[in-house]
Amino acid sequence: MSTRTAPAPVPRESARRGARRTKGIAGNTLWFWLFVGPFVVGLLIFSYLPIIWSLILSFFEAYNTVTPSKFVGFGNYVDMLTDHNFLSSLGTFTLFAIFIVPLTFVLSLALALLVNQVKIARAFFRSVFFLPTACSYVVASLIWRLSIFNGVRFGLMNTILGWFGIDGIAWLSTVDPPWYWIPIVTVRLWLQLGFYMILFIAGLQRISPSLYEAAYVDGAKPGWQTFRYITLPQLRATSVAVLILNLIAAYQAFDEFYNLIGNVNFARPPLVYLYGISLGSIQDLGHGSAGALILAVIIMLVTLLQNKIFGFGKAGD
Amino acid sequence: MTAIDRTTGAPQPIGYSRSTLGRVALVLRWIALFIAVILFLLPFYLVLRNALSTESDITSPSWTLFPKHLQWGNIKELFNDTQVPMARALYNSAVVGVLGTAGQLLLASMAGYGLARIPYRHADKVFYAIVATLMIPGAVTFIPSFIVVSSLGWVSTLRGLIIPTLFSGFAAFLFRQYFLNFPRELEEAARVDGAGHFGTFWRIVVPNSLPFFAALAAITFIGNWNSFLWPLVIGQDSSSWTIQVAMSTFVTAQTINIHELFMAVAVSILPLVLIFAFLQRYLIQGVTQSGIKD
Repeated sequence: MSTRTAPAPVPRESARRGARRTKGIAGNTLWFWLFVGPFVVGLLIFSYLPIIWSLILSFFEAYNTVTPSKFVGFGNYVDMLTDHNFLSSLGTFTLFAIFIVPLTFVLSLALALLVNQVKIARAFFRSVFFLPTACSYVVASLIWRLSIFNGVRFGLMNTILGWFGIDGIAWLSTVDPPWYWIPIVTVRLWLQLGFYMILFIAGLQRISPSLYEAAYVDGAKPGWQTFRYITLPQLRATSVAVLILNLIAAYQAFDEFYNLIGNVNFARPPLVYLYGISLGSIQDLGHGSAGALILAVIIMLVTLLQNKIFGFGKAGD
Repeated sequence: MTAIDRTTGAPQPIGYSRSTLGRVALVLRWIALFIAVILFLLPFYLVLRNALSTESDITSPSWTLFPKHLQWGNIKELFNDTQVPMARALYNSAVVGVLGTAGQLLLASMAGYGLARIPYRHADKVFYAIVATLMIPGAVTFIPSFIVVSSLGWVSTLRGLIIPTLFSGFAAFLFRQYFLNFPRELEEAARVDGAGHFGTFWRIVVPNSLPFFAALAAITFIGNWNSFLWPLVIGQDSSSWTIQVAMSTFVTAQTINIHELFMAVAVSILPLVLIFAFLQRYLIQGVTQSGIKD
């Protein structure tokens, strides 16, 4: 290695001819940027620039335009935080999270335990539960909307109800009682349980068998006791990952709400609402940007808070 | 593996004893497993059933498990339907899936390799700038990204669908971690033979990392193929719809017959089932390595 200070970047042509001969720090700097540069440039244009632009726009009035016109200070933020629709979309999300996060956690762990203990055809069972993760939310929503939870007589659920002499239900449009939660929650469960199951199986397989042997020697009863005092604590890191990933994904729920019930005011998560105001009939990009940034800050805070509570990485990985 | 050495007499992870109670529990667990299998496969079966039925059979109130009249002609009907740009949508999805995946892996692997292996004074600063983008929740950025892409005039173009998705900080992060653990001896050997950074990367590192590439490629392709929000935002014109946007639009606009729609769903699932059949091992590796589907 030579110890010369790096000169200005070499022009391209000479770099190509002298590629083999460029040695030392200057050469490394050039090569570093040849490898990392294209990616960084793209990241600047498509990650940093949008965020900065959005931040600027959020302080302006911007209808149907991406160039700010009238400065309104924190007006857009105040509007969004007092906007009944935006607040109710956060409420919808909260309810959604209350349903989906615990259910996903318990059911994906149950599937992992079930699959992990079978001795025959384990790969088959794992594949079956993992297969839906390849489906898109659009596809699953269409199956749910047009086949399983169709509000008319030929829908599968209504057919089953009919066998018991119960009248069919308009699953996606009944607000009282709010039946629409059943299709909305089950569609996501079907799509994502296999993914979290895989994470749990990986976690289960990292637990050392000697722990169970030690527990057995100490007289712990196999079953609930070993599960409660060994399996669960050992799965701590995986559990935290599952909870956080699941919550962040739920915050960004869009596809199934949009495709199952559309942009309706009784069940509209934040992204569907923001999509409606910023890219609908009036492109209100000022308010849309403010709302997106508020949402981003909420998600980051929740993630950090969860990290603080559960302490990422403290548990043995 | 949690297989327990039977000779030590240690219990199974979820212990089951030889008692009657243990046997009952075991039977119950198998029943639970089979019910779960049926529930998980049912939606796939419904797609197949409806895709091969006539419209009147699907909407008939007397529900049957099997299609009453097998309609293989539905597939032809779907592609001949002039109201539905099905072939175009499939083409768009294929281009987005293939180019988007190849581009993302190429950019991220080179960036990851540079960060992991090429000494540079400010490499850590560059790395932090990349990791910082992971803090921003992906879907929230659709409005800001739309602003940039529409100023570039890329709305309703394949460029607009693909290029903004190529720069995944997460993929670069994973590649960097991977290359940090790549055995140096192989690279040293290439060095001695006079290969530069470029030659080493292309001729030694990439060929020896194919399983890792395959794992990320499978996950990325599925993600691109299934992506909905961004294509919906960009696809303001039907010529740039992907298959997901097309299907979503047909159902809301009611411009398609229900049996055609289910055939479209079946066609859209097919490539992914194939990926699953051949690359499942890599997929599961990718999921456990990354713990995230992006």
